[in-house]
Amino acid sequence: MTTSPPAVQARDLMKTYPGDVRALDGMGVTVAAGTVFGLLGPNGAGKSTTVKILTTLARPDSGTAVVAGHDALRHPDRVRRAIGVVAQRSGADPVATGRENLLLQGRLYGVRGADLNRRADELLARFDLAEAGKRQVRTYSGGMQRRLDVALGLMHRPEVLFLDEPTTGLDPEARTAMWEEIGRLAGDEGLTILLTTHYLEEADRLAERIAIVDRGRVVAEGTPDELKGELHGDAVHVELREAPDAVDGTLIRTALAEFAGVREVALDGRRLSARADDGPAAVPHVLTALEQQGVAVASVTVARPSLDDVYLRYAGRRFADADAAPEAAVPAPVPANTSGAAR
Amino acid sequence: MSTTINQTWFMTQRQLTAILRQPAYLVITLIQPVIWLFLFGSLFRRVVELPGFGAGSYLDYLVPGVVVMSAVSSNMWAGMGTLEEIERGTLNRFLTTPVSRAALMNANVVQQGISTGIQSVVIVLLGKIGGADYPGGVAGLLILVLASIVLGTVFGAFSNALGMLVRQRESIIGINTFLLLPLTFLSSAFMAPGLMPSWMRHVADFNPVNWALVAGRSAMSADPDWGDVLSRGGALLALAAAAVWLSTRTFRSYQKSV
Ligand SMILES: Nc1ncnc2c1ncn2[C@@H]1O[C@H](COP(=O)(O)OP(=O)(O)O)[C@@H](O)[C@H]1O
Ligand SMILES: [Mg+2]
Repeated sequence: MTTSPPAVQARDLMKTYPGDVRALDGMGVTVAAGTVFGLLGPNGAGKSTTVKILTTLARPDSGTAVVAGHDALRHPDRVRRAIGVVAQRSGADPVATGRENLLLQGRLYGVRGADLNRRADELLARFDLAEAGKRQVRTYSGGMQRRLDVALGLMHRPEVLFLDEPTTGLDPEARTAMWEEIGRLAGDEGLTILLTTHYLEEADRLAERIAIVDRGRVVAEGTPDELKGELHGDAVHVELREAPDAVDGTLIRTALAEFAGVREVALDGRRLSARADDGPAAVPHVLTALEQQGVAVASVTVARPSLDDVYLRYAGRRFADADAAPEAAVPAPVPANTSGAAR
Repeated sequence: MSTTINQTWFMTQRQLTAILRQPAYLVITLIQPVIWLFLFGSLFRRVVELPGFGAGSYLDYLVPGVVVMSAVSSNMWAGMGTLEEIERGTLNRFLTTPVSRAALMNANVVQQGISTGIQSVVIVLLGKIGGADYPGGVAGLLILVLASIVLGTVFGAFSNALGMLVRQRESIIGINTFLLLPLTFLSSAFMAPGLMPSWMRHVADFNPVNWALVAGRSAMSADPDWGDVLSRGGALLALAAAAVWLSTRTFRSYQKSV
């Protein structure tokens, strides 16, 4: 292992937007050079705000940010030369062609002449836009536009690439293609990638390390396996027919916690979850206990730990619910972790 | 420094290309003056016969009026483009590149200046085709075009500031619709000042649209009053500088709100 300095290091970032919206509340992140790091969190968690600060677009109220060895607050110009940015919203000029967008981007970084044309064509080919490059961007599909966004971010061969929700709004096919592309980028010599996502699957698949962000700060960090490994045992999820009131809730939790090997019993609206050393073996006990409490059960699932469980553990709520209703006290009954995809 | 100039040119080019690729926009900005020339020209043809109007043909009188009114009406919408760039994220993309912030602002001014210049020249030529007479010659016409460019800069910069500040299309549409006609009719665009009610004439003295008209018309006459040209031209330049300064300030406040 070499001990090169981290490509990104941010500490204690605070940011409040007008109207007392606390976007960041002690956010910190360290990304080792040459790695892919994922910021995972629901909508409104503060991912984009973090990216905006690290990419010199916004200034924090307090805290420090060093990117590619430069202080982002004191020398934003130096940071800008070293980074590539793919923002959450596509910033491509719709009236210009894909190629023109790339050429202008290169020129702004001082790339000129033959190198400029070569680099643009190379990226168009790499992102499967060679033909489309001659057309105006407004004729592009969502997937093509996103690939162009990434190409724009790479035009000047940056050291650090920021990808803010690179696949949000894409259809599954385009998303898979983008994942492959990002996977290939990760193999590029020396490129550091900081990506944000609100898809658990995406973070799991692409990032070597993940920080789970909730309400403006990191609540857990590690490799996907480390994060899952901290949750010992299987996850047992029970969907109740109706949400019990507070008193019943306490009774249920106490009853379940009595079994050996069952831990971390959490009740979140109609969802009851627990950890069990041996999930399948615990199910009959759990069901019996619930029946004795007079609670009707809609379904039971047993699963190996997932990032969703990690999220529940550290943020105290389910990912999908936090995403659908960041401030709601009572979680909405959203089944899968794909809610809030449309943006 | 040379970097800023280069970058200003790249960004200006981008904007000009975008305009050329929106034929509807081009057609409207060129057809509209033609319609004005034709409509106002026909409607008011005989006002020159009023004692004291002091122009040979109404078309001669009308051309600078339409040049200036068109400069105002096309630049007023600049804020819409800025707003779209903000919403689309294009502006933010540029702000994360090393492009000089001055180049971003300058490009708006330069592009608007070039567009207004071309539009003004086209109207002058259309007038010529229609039989207008320009006794002040090329020098006079050049000053008219310059005055309309500077006036366009004023309105373009205000419009950009408004777009960045309120971030609402409705506000820009509302203010523009509200302002265009009063600004035009409270000036000597279509009616000789000597025939305007005196209160209107006094209001017109404070109307920058009228400054451009006075400067342009005077320079275009057979016997220009250079004092008028310089005073009104100078006032316009000062106002343009103030408007650009204001839009630079609002640009900073936009950056703080990102
Ligand atoms: N420019 C802004 N002005 C005001 N509030 C903002 C702005 N950007 C973000 N916020 C607020 O800050 C919080 C965090 O937003 P963001 O960083 O965009 O979250 P994420 O990217 O994780 O979805 C949200 O409550 C959002 O509404
Ligand atoms: Mg975001």
